[in-house]
Amino acid sequence: MSLRIIRPGLLSTVQDRGRYGLQHLGVVTCGPMDPVALELANALVGNRSGEAAIEITVLGPEIEFECDVLIAICGAQFDATLAGRALPLNRPVFMEKKSKLRTGRALVGSRAYLAVAGGIATLPVLGSRSTYLPARFGGLEGRLLRAGDHLPLIENVSSLSLQRYKKLGSRKDMADLRTVSWSAPALTLPEREPIVIHAMEGRHYAHFDAAAQRAFFEATWRVSLDSNRMGFRLAGPVLARAEAFEILSEPACLGTVQVPANGLPIALMADHQTTGGYPKIAEIAAADVPRLAQLSPGGTVQFARCTLEQARELRRALRQRVDAALRSLAWDYQS
Amino acid sequence: VYAEFGDTGRTAAGGGVDLELNRSLQALAVAIRVRAVPWIRDVVPALCGIALHFDPFHPQLPDSVLEYCRELLQESFKSASKFEDSGRTVEVPVCYDPFFAADLDEVSAATKLSAQNIQKLHTSAKHWVLMVGFSPGQPYIGGLDAKLSVPRRATPRTRMPMGAVAIANAQTAVYPYETPGGWSIIGRTPLTVFDPARDPASLFAPGDRVRFISVSRDEFERLK
Repeated sequence: MSLRIIRPGLLSTVQDRGRYGLQHLGVVTCGPMDPVALELANALVGNRSGEAAIEITVLGPEIEFECDVLIAICGAQFDATLAGRALPLNRPVFMEKKSKLRTGRALVGSRAYLAVAGGIATLPVLGSRSTYLPARFGGLEGRLLRAGDHLPLIENVSSLSLQRYKKLGSRKDMADLRTVSWSAPALTLPEREPIVIHAMEGRHYAHFDAAAQRAFFEATWRVSLDSNRMGFRLAGPVLARAEAFEILSEPACLGTVQVPANGLPIALMADHQTTGGYPKIAEIAAADVPRLAQLSPGGTVQFARCTLEQARELRRALRQRVDAALRSLAWDYQS
Repeated sequence: VYAEFGDTGRTAAGGGVDLELNRSLQALAVAIRVRAVPWIRDVVPALCGIALHFDPFHPQLPDSVLEYCRELLQESFKSASKFEDSGRTVEVPVCYDPFFAADLDEVSAATKLSAQNIQKLHTSAKHWVLMVGFSPGQPYIGGLDAKLSVPRRATPRTRMPMGAVAIANAQTAVYPYETPGGWSIIGRTPLTVFDPARDPASLFAPGDRVRFISVSRDEFERLK
């Protein structure tokens, strides 16, 4: 049981919840750039959260389903079609054997997750199916998906898909499209740019001069073209340090904003290194990392100063919205 | 010293690299891991600090994470052994031939030591793994003879060769992958530093002792 990649898109990889518990051995956690969208996509096809899905980026793939599969696409608003007809996002869709899904450009946001019932069944490496491109392991042979790839699905994916689809109360069966009459909310799409992302002062904030401290929270930053899953390089004013100093390599974190010698900040994303030796000017609030991840290169962002307590409130508010979406979904699955 | 680390992690850090502190941090990491706190994803002992990474959306995450982590660190410190010693010694064959040692001349000029003396000082010292980080399996190894201390290179290389053995300040690194790096290359090991299919995947773990053993180019090829 598998799905076949006809055209891979710009940057499509297998990602699950991430590879945790091995950072002390330098093992990068990987996982989804937008974990909220992955969680919703999994829930829509009846999976547990954190199952492996395909992360698609900016320009999506074309895929043939070699068996009946229940799928859902969440995250960036991609242009997607099934046999020439628009394929609705953010809802479960029952794809029949031999059907072809074509995705084009991301119209809003930059990353989406294509989840399938039962999850993508590549072999886990060190406890996770997430692809880590720099060291070439996880996912499918540790690399980007390419044309001709067959991605394994679980053995009974077709019966499981049908069974789950039939559990949905508000099915809307049409000859050429089998889906439901509602959709899950998109919770992480970027609003009007520059988007506002909350950040706390970092460990080395005081080492930067006053102009740099001010500029970080006042400037509009542009995501550079050489940004990737490891980090978003931000173009804007050069952030100078009050005095030259070298710090010892120390742990880095998802959302850490570090400033190398050239003075241009890098926001550390899903594939960030476990330790680093650059000073940290800020730490992005965890609740805002998924929204930042949805910015494309060229997209703009401003940082709003927040406290640890405010970051906790943002997290709680996001969790409540995700939980509310999951509850209404669970309700339809039961009815 | 205890510091905040965004709202997804906590880190405590000391002043500089000190073997005793480093060892006690590794012991502390083991003691915290044993507690298996459900929302803590990773415990990372570093050169002179320790980081706790947690799942920011875990339902059991306490409101006062800061206080909880402070107490956890204190409690774990009591139960932790004085310092962690894995009891392992990793023997690392290194070919110091100029063919692999791209920065040998520079190091030689900076330290006023001959190639032979550099090799001798590097193989005779007792080294230990202070931290594994940056990329999978990359060790930061302490114990470098002070005579070999050179600063980081002004312009980092965009690609260090796989297996490069390089030095900077008071440490040695072994590069598992072709990554950027600013340390001076004095040799190369034929060993695979990190292999996810091997058990254990990482050749080095924090607390290991390390011995570098000089090998010829022929031996290097045989060991590959």
